[in-house]
Amino acid sequence: MDQAALILLNFNAVSLYDKITNNLKQHFNLNSRTIIPDIDLRKFYSEERDQYYSTKLIEYALLNYSEFKKILMITDFDLYVPVLTFVFGEAQLNGKAAIVSAHRLYPEFYGLPPNDELFISRLIKEINHELGHTYGLRHCFNFECVMHSSSNVDEIDIKSENFCNKCLEKLNLF
Amino acid sequence: MNNSDVKILIVDDEQIVRESLTHWFEEDGYQVSSAADAFDVLKDLHPGKYDIMLVDIKMPKMSGLELLEKVKEIDPDCIVIIITAYASVPSAVQALKNGAFDYVTKPIDPDELSHLIKNAIKQKKLKEENVALKASIDEMFSFEGLIGESPEMKKVFELIKIVAPQDTTVMIRGESGTGKELIARAIHMNSPRRYYPIIPVNCGAFTETLLESELFGHEKGAFTGAQYRRKGKIEMANGGTLFLDEVGSVSQKMQVELLRVLETKQFTRVGGTEIVKVDFRLISATNENLERLVEEGKFREDLYYRLNVFTIYVPPLRERRSDIPVLANYFVQKFARQMNKPILKISDEAMEILLNHSWPGNVRELENAIERAMVVGKPPEIKPSDLPFHLEKVNSFESDSLEEVEKKHIQRVLSKYDWNISKAAQALNIDRVTLYNKIKKYGLQKN
Repeated sequence: MDQAALILLNFNAVSLYDKITNNLKQHFNLNSRTIIPDIDLRKFYSEERDQYYSTKLIEYALLNYSEFKKILMITDFDLYVPVLTFVFGEAQLNGKAAIVSAHRLYPEFYGLPPNDELFISRLIKEINHELGHTYGLRHCFNFECVMHSSSNVDEIDIKSENFCNKCLEKLNLF
Repeated sequence: MNNSDVKILIVDDEQIVRESLTHWFEEDGYQVSSAADAFDVLKDLHPGKYDIMLVDIKMPKMSGLELLEKVKEIDPDCIVIIITAYASVPSAVQALKNGAFDYVTKPIDPDELSHLIKNAIKQKKLKEENVALKASIDEMFSFEGLIGESPEMKKVFELIKIVAPQDTTVMIRGESGTGKELIARAIHMNSPRRYYPIIPVNCGAFTETLLESELFGHEKGAFTGAQYRRKGKIEMANGGTLFLDEVGSVSQKMQVELLRVLETKQFTRVGGTEIVKVDFRLISATNENLERLVEEGKFREDLYYRLNVFTIYVPPLRERRSDIPVLANYFVQKFARQMNKPILKISDEAMEILLNHSWPGNVRELENAIERAMVVGKPPEIKPSDLPFHLEKVNSFESDSLEEVEKKHIQRVLSKYDWNISKAAQALNIDRVTLYNKIKKYGLQKN
């Protein structure tokens, strides 16, 4: 079984850790090694936006953890790329590394009461989605497929955490 | 249109913007390329190269607004979305005025960008469907109902092809039932005016007063019973084509009115003073000898020349007998579809009768004959008894001319129905006006 680096970057929902690692096994046949990096975050931070630059974080991960089959970063920081107001995550298409932000997946972000079940389901979906990209999968038209594009949290809630048959077929080629 | 068919170009002088957006769109499966400045884009831009362009408004050398204008000149169908970090309303409005699809401000909300692209693609699809639909309409109308393999009809089709794209006034000449209106429609539908209506007016079907109102419309209270303003056919044909059938039967007074409209392209409604300007193409049709009417002073010579710019003569069916089997089988298929019945074969005996009939009512008469045969006929074939007539075969060696045969046939039918014009016209499968014209032409009288 291939190994993935699971990099927890200021990620506080550690009670959900088992669910995340089990999900990596179930969907991607990946064992994971958890890493909490000692990293100077200033160079990734935009004071003006109060957000972290996801592309730069991916670059950092690739530079430091290239020995792993896949690299997954999970963070509570809000992420951005310069041209967009925010991103839920970013991945190298057909590459190695992906990053997911939990920041906007918490119901509290929208002024709603906490809901762990809803939060983990969103996080799992985003992990599967971004990792899917690293396996070369593009956005899928099937709205229930985890690879369906989501630009707001409601769209994440609509889709399932699973890949549709078409995407699964492509995934199994790896 | 799949995402992989959509070609997106990102034009921005900031590398980071180009990279981020490229990555964003690649995940959606679009074909993405990028350019750092407008000149790179314009170097080899051609229609259809890109479907959607995202253009930064503020770039060195050439601004996004300038690029937008140039892109629209080269490829009007390319959807341009302006990206601006300067959310100034004037520049955004200017971009929209210049043909931009929409604009977004940096940083772009992913949700907004996603919707914007989806809407842009939807518009692109709609445009393409519209073009396809128009093309299918064009195809559908191309020569709909105009069937013929004879050299005579091929010549007619050639003339239609020549004259349709021009804005020339056309005169279609031929006997009743030869398909003059179908030819007018084919000309219209293959002309640049095809997206406007073709308005047919049967001049022979109206009295002088009614025709005037029909053509020019009337104002409220113009005459007793005129309770509302009514648009005339000329006004309705604005932008399109006015088809005047049986133009030879127009009265002297109306000929003057008609000539005035053709010369000035304006008129007033009956009972009105307001001048209405119109732009239409005129196609007229007649089965009469207009030259003779001009000689007799019954038809104005100046109007004759105005109408007779380009003439198409439609030969009667008896002069192109080789088209009869083709037409007959076309009508069998048409009525089988309409009546939801099996397609019947026309037996050799029935076909022989069809081929030997003189067809005074031409194609319309043949169509009616086949319709009747399809109603009464039983599979597998149409027999002679299914046809609406039992004719003596026209002997090609007979000394009588075809006109003579027609004259005798009409005389016989009129006598049979005791000169009841309606019944006789129905039996002959021609309209009453045509029958009156033929009575006049052959000088037929009730004994």
